[in-house]
Amino acid sequence: MTAIYQMSLTEMSHRLQSRELGVEQAVSACLERMEATEPDIGCLLHLERETALQRAREMDAAGPDPEQPLWGVPVVIKDVLATKDVPTTCGSRMLESFVPFYDAEAVDRLKRAGAIILAKSNMDEFAMGSSTENSAFALTRNPWDTERVPGGSSGGSAASTAAGQTPLSLGTDTGGSIRQPAAFCGCVGIKPTYGRVSRFGLVAYGSSLDQAGPFARSVEDAARVLQVIAGKDAKDSTSSPEPVPDYIAALAERDDLKGIRLGLPEEYWGEGLESDVDGVCRSALHKAQELGAELVPVSLPHSPYAIAAYYIIVMAEASSNLARYDGVRYGYRDTSEKELTRMYFATRSKGFGREVQRRIVLGTYVLSAGYYDAYYKKAAQVRRLVREDYQRALQDCDLLLAPAAPGVPFRLGEKVEDPLQMYLTDIFTNPLNLTGLPGLSLPAGLGPETGLPIGLQLFGPSFGEEKLLQVAYVLEGALPDLPFPRGVDK
Amino acid sequence: MPDYEAVIGLEVHAQLKTRSKLFCACSTVFGEEPNRNTCPVCAGMPGALPVVNKKAVEYGVKLSQALDCQVNDRSVFARKNYFYPDLPKGYQISQYEHPLAEEGQLEMPVNGSMRQVRIVRIHMEDDAGKSIHGAENTSYVDLNRTGVPLLEIVSGPDIFSPDEAVAYLKSLRNILIYLDICRGNMQEGNFRCDANVSVRPRGRPEYGTRTEVKNMNSFRFVHKALTYEINRQIELLEDGEQVVQETRLFDESSGQTKSMRGKEEAHDYRYFPDPDLVPLSISVRDREEWSRELPELPLSKWRRFLRDYALPEEAADILTGEKDMADYFERVVACFGEPQTVGNWMISEMLRELNEGNISASESPLAPEQLAELLRLIQQEKISSKIAKQIFPEIFARGLDPETYVEEKGYLQITDESRLQEVVREVIAENPDEAASYKQGKKKLMSFFMGQVMKKTQGQANPKLVDQLLRSELGG
Ligand SMILES: [Zn+2]
Repeated sequence: MTAIYQMSLTEMSHRLQSRELGVEQAVSACLERMEATEPDIGCLLHLERETALQRAREMDAAGPDPEQPLWGVPVVIKDVLATKDVPTTCGSRMLESFVPFYDAEAVDRLKRAGAIILAKSNMDEFAMGSSTENSAFALTRNPWDTERVPGGSSGGSAASTAAGQTPLSLGTDTGGSIRQPAAFCGCVGIKPTYGRVSRFGLVAYGSSLDQAGPFARSVEDAARVLQVIAGKDAKDSTSSPEPVPDYIAALAERDDLKGIRLGLPEEYWGEGLESDVDGVCRSALHKAQELGAELVPVSLPHSPYAIAAYYIIVMAEASSNLARYDGVRYGYRDTSEKELTRMYFATRSKGFGREVQRRIVLGTYVLSAGYYDAYYKKAAQVRRLVREDYQRALQDCDLLLAPAAPGVPFRLGEKVEDPLQMYLTDIFTNPLNLTGLPGLSLPAGLGPETGLPIGLQLFGPSFGEEKLLQVAYVLEGALPDLPFPRGVDK
Repeated sequence: MPDYEAVIGLEVHAQLKTRSKLFCACSTVFGEEPNRNTCPVCAGMPGALPVVNKKAVEYGVKLSQALDCQVNDRSVFARKNYFYPDLPKGYQISQYEHPLAEEGQLEMPVNGSMRQVRIVRIHMEDDAGKSIHGAENTSYVDLNRTGVPLLEIVSGPDIFSPDEAVAYLKSLRNILIYLDICRGNMQEGNFRCDANVSVRPRGRPEYGTRTEVKNMNSFRFVHKALTYEINRQIELLEDGEQVVQETRLFDESSGQTKSMRGKEEAHDYRYFPDPDLVPLSISVRDREEWSRELPELPLSKWRRFLRDYALPEEAADILTGEKDMADYFERVVACFGEPQTVGNWMISEMLRELNEGNISASESPLAPEQLAELLRLIQQEKISSKIAKQIFPEIFARGLDPETYVEEKGYLQITDESRLQEVVREVIAENPDEAASYKQGKKKLMSFFMGQVMKKTQGQANPKLVDQLLRSELGG
């Protein structure tokens, strides 16, 4: 019999609803798994042990609610999503003491669906990073190889889900922060269409790019989570009124890929792929073809400019979004300074880490008088061109298919001193956020040389999550099953 | 010595009277305990997002329509970034490149002729909070005002004197009040004004270097500050010196403007479109509906009052100067007719009581129908206008029914001829010398006898009747 922690969300949920499994039992099993794995991977910042157990006992007493699709399911939340009465630090000293009195909408929807919050997960400070090494509080390790990074910025959530701490977690994706760590840790991650999931309570990094989405160990599980968190929210003006389809029903609709045209952007399949990535992804392409998919070469010609445009826009927005952390109302304040301007300087110099400060400075620069047109405005124009590239390619294909990252998870510390190298690890995931389109990252197998998980990503048209999930679901069935990560299952 | 001309442009910030703030549901009620009217959105908590208050948009569009502006199909909220403790997000949400409306005009009467001032733009933004500086170098921040909706109304450089500036501000304020979208109180800070001022030799087309004058919180101070600033600039130019482009604060106690020493100019606000808000597009339906709801505006009302009620300009100025006053006037006229009599009464008697109580006409305890009744009592000679004026303060303050009041108090005019005849005879008998003089031709004494009769009747005698009786008793 599978251990409780190994259960998929679908299975656990089924057993909870039928009372084969008690909620307290599920919560305890997850807490035990956390205890067993945390010393190796360190992906959690804050554990809600007592409140979770208490809640579990109450739910056991009340009995299952079939209306609640995640009834009794333990979850982990990236620490960038506000959780009522639970610390929300964003991995930053600045918010070390911050406890919100409101839930992020995505969190609230999980709770209303019956989920129990077990922990908050580690991340790059304010979601700025690609390895989770920029956290002010903890070092998270990849569950497949604890000398390597889990990816980022949602590395804590990805590692947690991959290690079986809970069947699902939430992350956020501003430039690949769900898809890249999902690939590095060997789980499924979805970046929904911009506007599909409310951003209310998602502590803003790049407001025009940020989206919350699920991590899970299967496509079906991820679909169940997306089903719960998607939909219009009156508190977020940028959330979409587009109806949310029945994703689970959509999964059952096909068992092959006949008639599906998958576009292969040449910019993603060229030179520069590490051999494990190249090999595993190409064999996945082969599987797709066997399932009946038609592979179509496409081009996204503005891709070379996308990463520059992405970083200009995200840093510009960040410089403004992070202005509120001034030591005046909440969070860290350097109390040694009495004069206002000096207090600002001291608070922000000590409260923010180096990478955050770097991005604020760069973002401030690109918005400054005399530079705005050359940087921000130009980047906004490039953004439009990149979006048009994707839209054009998707007119001809159902979905686009690409590796989630050019390489396997890198070693801890390997790129910390070289921000540009670090930025380039996102080169395959950034452009999608500029377009607002949805993406899904799926484990394609383990690299024959490194034994590390390799991720494949699918891009879809606006609000095309249904098709994305459908194709990923079929493909998943044909791709090799990943075992539990060896780094934590000794 | 060249003759100089001043050029003034005004930027007005009008706080809107919406119940909730521009981007959250918090109350805009003034005078609450500090930081009571706050929520994660207006307090700038992590992850909170703004959502536009549609009522504020409606108000903005209505003002734009009232000022004949082009309302843009698509306007964009932008962040104005700067650090200050009363600015919780570290940026103000304003509009920059694409404002709500552009290119309008305000027409106003100044010293008997009509003047037109261009409106360059109208945009929406949220207000900042308040810093309160306490003792011992401690400061506090009150965020109740943070996020209250403002309209910024920018005039063209079409104003040429302090008088015109005040006339413009009064007209604009009046329009806002007619639209019922702003309280228009400068002292309370819900109607604020900054001025861009420059001078140039008359006839020269190019503008001089301008200064921005701030901190003028009454019409009187605006006039004072602008007069001072214009003279200061002229003196500088006459002394062969240069005007420095800078922000100057008006100091009430000295009546002077003082340099802020370039502190403000150093700001680079790094405006960029706010990614948390979608561009504002106003549907044709809303636009048409709001346009239909526009009330008659002050200038049209003023013209109509001149035309339909044949009022003198001065009376029309006062009566249309406040919408409440105009409404009240028209309700009295509807009951009573005689617009000129009504106007006179309101401007003399009623305005005094309103000013004394510091209330507007709509808050008058005396209903328009009651004022009409009072005027009817005079018309029907049931009371004299003297009595009416005498009793007005009391019936006004208590909102009493005039007819019941004069009956109960016995103020009804004495029109009983036989009773008055008696009084007239008594007065003549008591003043034989004056009677003799009158008969000898000192006709001026008529008013003396009238006064005596009134005294004996506590002013209630019908003066016309008394006049007749006196003449017949005294013979001529
Ligand atoms: Zn609020």
